[in-house]
Amino acid sequence: MTDMPDTTLTGDRSHDGPSPGQYDDAAGYYVAGDPIADTKAPDGPIDERWQTRKFEARLVNPANRRKLSIIIVGTGLAGGAAAATLGEAGYNVKSFCYQDSPRRAHSIAAQGGINAAKNYKEDGDSVHRLFYDTVKGGDYRSRESNVYRLAEVSTNIIDQCVAQGVPFAREYGGLLDNRSFGGVQVSRTFYARGQTGQQLLIGAYQAMERQVKLGTVTEYTRHEMLEVIVADGQARGIIARNMVTGAIETHLADVVVLASGGYGNVFYLSTNAMGSNVTAAWRAHRKGAYMANPCYTQIHPTCIPVSGDHQSKLTLMSESLRNDGRIWVPKKAEDCTKDPRDIPEEDRDYYLERIYPSFGNLVPRDIASRQAKNMCDEGRGVGPMVGDFRRGVYLDFADAIARLGEDAVREKYDNLFDMYERITGENPYEVPMRIYPAVHYVMGGLWVDYDLQSSIKGLFVTGEANFSDHGANRLGASALMQGLADGYFVLPHTIRDYLADGPFESIDESHPAVAEALESVQARIDKLLSINGNRSVDSFHRELGNIMWEYCGMERSAEGLRKAIDMIRELRREFWTDLKVLGTADSLNQSLEKAGRVADFLELGELMCIDALNRRESCGGHFRAESQTEDGEALRHDDEFAYVAAWEWAGEDEPPVLHKEDLVYTAIEMKQRSYK
Amino acid sequence: MNLTLKIWRQAGSSDKGGIHTYEVSGISQDMSFLEMLDVLNEQLNEMGEEPIAFDSDCREGICGMCSLMINGEAHGPEVTTTCQLHMRSFKDGDTITIEPWRSAAFPVIKDLVVDRSAFDRIIQSGGYISANTGSAPEANSVPVPRDNAVRAFNVATCISCGACVAACPNGSASLFLGAKITHLGELPQGQPERWSRVVDMTAQHDHEGFGGCTNIGECTAACPKEIPLDVISQLNKDLRTAMRHGH
Repeated sequence: MTDMPDTTLTGDRSHDGPSPGQYDDAAGYYVAGDPIADTKAPDGPIDERWQTRKFEARLVNPANRRKLSIIIVGTGLAGGAAAATLGEAGYNVKSFCYQDSPRRAHSIAAQGGINAAKNYKEDGDSVHRLFYDTVKGGDYRSRESNVYRLAEVSTNIIDQCVAQGVPFAREYGGLLDNRSFGGVQVSRTFYARGQTGQQLLIGAYQAMERQVKLGTVTEYTRHEMLEVIVADGQARGIIARNMVTGAIETHLADVVVLASGGYGNVFYLSTNAMGSNVTAAWRAHRKGAYMANPCYTQIHPTCIPVSGDHQSKLTLMSESLRNDGRIWVPKKAEDCTKDPRDIPEEDRDYYLERIYPSFGNLVPRDIASRQAKNMCDEGRGVGPMVGDFRRGVYLDFADAIARLGEDAVREKYDNLFDMYERITGENPYEVPMRIYPAVHYVMGGLWVDYDLQSSIKGLFVTGEANFSDHGANRLGASALMQGLADGYFVLPHTIRDYLADGPFESIDESHPAVAEALESVQARIDKLLSINGNRSVDSFHRELGNIMWEYCGMERSAEGLRKAIDMIRELRREFWTDLKVLGTADSLNQSLEKAGRVADFLELGELMCIDALNRRESCGGHFRAESQTEDGEALRHDDEFAYVAAWEWAGEDEPPVLHKEDLVYTAIEMKQRSYK
Repeated sequence: MNLTLKIWRQAGSSDKGGIHTYEVSGISQDMSFLEMLDVLNEQLNEMGEEPIAFDSDCREGICGMCSLMINGEAHGPEVTTTCQLHMRSFKDGDTITIEPWRSAAFPVIKDLVVDRSAFDRIIQSGGYISANTGSAPEANSVPVPRDNAVRAFNVATCISCGACVAACPNGSASLFLGAKITHLGELPQGQPERWSRVVDMTAQHDHEGFGGCTNIGECTAACPKEIPLDVISQLNKDLRTAMRHGH
């Protein structure tokens, strides 16, 4: 979907607010650990680093590749592309997904497009400009060497996808079309109408299925990874549950790759798929993989609002709607239940136009989201009551229809208007749309080095599951780019350097690390089924989501986060004593699957709050009430927080250990974003 | 609204199944069909009866994971996926019959969940363009006429949900197969493998136990992505050409 035009003005970096050095908000909630000194990024000019690394990465000769085995968890763009590519190279790949087919991974739902620095429009685009836009968009909280590499391989992705038959939009001359997208001034986004994600994923899926037929890739669908096996300091396999038979299976390999997606469902309601979960990543975290910047969450302003307590998921609509729609709420709370068409012009508050006269309805995502929340918190939200508030604001096309005519509006937006009407039953040509922000992506994830290797040797992490490329905020059309960059062009090079030392000493189920992993998985399943309490899994998940949304959502404060941590701890205790899961372990049991995932979300949620509490600055999607300018804008503190917060698991009920990776920019200058 | 639900329940693939009747109340017309089933499952869980298993994932009409025959229609009365069907399409007091996809090639796993791995095996048999990573030429080196690109896209919108099979009296997957043949066959990149693809994929389709097409058209009527029936004509045309070329 289209994003906003450039809303990022640059200016000199300023330090207006008080220095936060005097604070340690998260004191007592964590333990300081050693800094991360080496990320394995090569030295030298930024545009030569990836070439250097590729050259230095050792080779594995084709005859040896078939003796090496790779486990890949997840079949979205990052996992599917990696499975296909590594299978083509001749390795033995085992691919796992919880869906019934690899083609259903949630990359499929991405709508808008994929960025690449092709410069087909000859409008001044380049690898360096894509790199610059991505670092700036991420509010200077990403690792520059990784982002540069992402921009560098972006052009290869488009070539690869076209060769696979991905039906990108084309111009009449038969060449590829581009459109402009979030936070940039060039047209570099390739797209396939409103379903770019599905088309790219089908390309990767078909390439992977070809390898299944050729025997290099074995696929395990309806399998859920429940544990990583770490033997003698190296990731050597996984424990997975066959979701149809309930069998607990051991799968061993020379290396393990997690491409298991993001954890937005910790909020219960999000635009993620119902099954999207953190379990694979969290199990790895508990075995030693650091979790980086878990509090960085992107909340998208133009989603269809919650209609009641039954709501199971939220649906995103293109924020291009803000180009023609005007956002407002009633000035008076007593008008909130009226038919909006009966509210006269003078009683409407077009609050974005009022607060941000120069950008109006086109302010960036985080601002639009936060102000919608503020209006609803003031009691001026519209639509049905959800909890104590009405959670919705109007997005009104009456002016656009009067100005352009209904046909012109239909031409631009009819698929979105249809989708809206199907879900809400209201005709947006006649009644203003109602919108509300929703969680849809997480920038945080498992910490990886330049090679995409986690802090567990032999465990690589790709796509949304890692933290590496988007800093504190992801630009539109960059998630698909990163997934495919990792899967097709980055991991296959870096993993070979690791595999050049293999095949590693063979292990089997008698190895103590395997036995321990098997035992812990079995014990956990037995426990979940034997609590026999009173509450359903969904009720716990919903309650956790409410806590996260309220205190670790669009605006966070030290007081709120401390409260949330207490509430989550109490909820977790209740979960393990009052959960009710029916059915058995030896058959398809969707309640049991959900219970395992929610158990992990209950631990992740606490870490997200601790991370948010520690980061007493506002950056990208993380807004701390204590760190804002006089005008209420986000205020970064580069002197204190220009680092990646990588958290190490220290054990049940033990405070996590914080390792800091300093962010050093050599090819780019840090600046403060401004919107006015 | 209050509803009577007659739902197929089956403990496992080798168990005998049957229709069970449940009452649900307090259903809002703003709920999606699957949220209505969520409500029922919460009720069952509370009463100590195991919840009903059904597939869904994205719940926004694109992943193709959800299914269900609703009152005998694949994905129910609207042209959309079950996850995008809302309860305002029903009225208070209705009786709704819910069954899994009907097809021998999609065996029931449990309750309303079926095994659609046959679709993956059809793709494995040739539903791709062989282009190893890194070997691709510059993307704009091969222009694709816009009409071909548009047709390729229109049929590539198939989400592999299986509604076409469930709706077909013959249990044929010809619409699914024809959509893939047409998608790849419209593009210049798809030409080198065009004839072997159609032969191999059709053979796999038949091997999986899907039936033949007799041009009834239920598939395209049930398709939530409105894949047109002419992809089956394209499939037959390509198959004839391939045979004539001795593939």
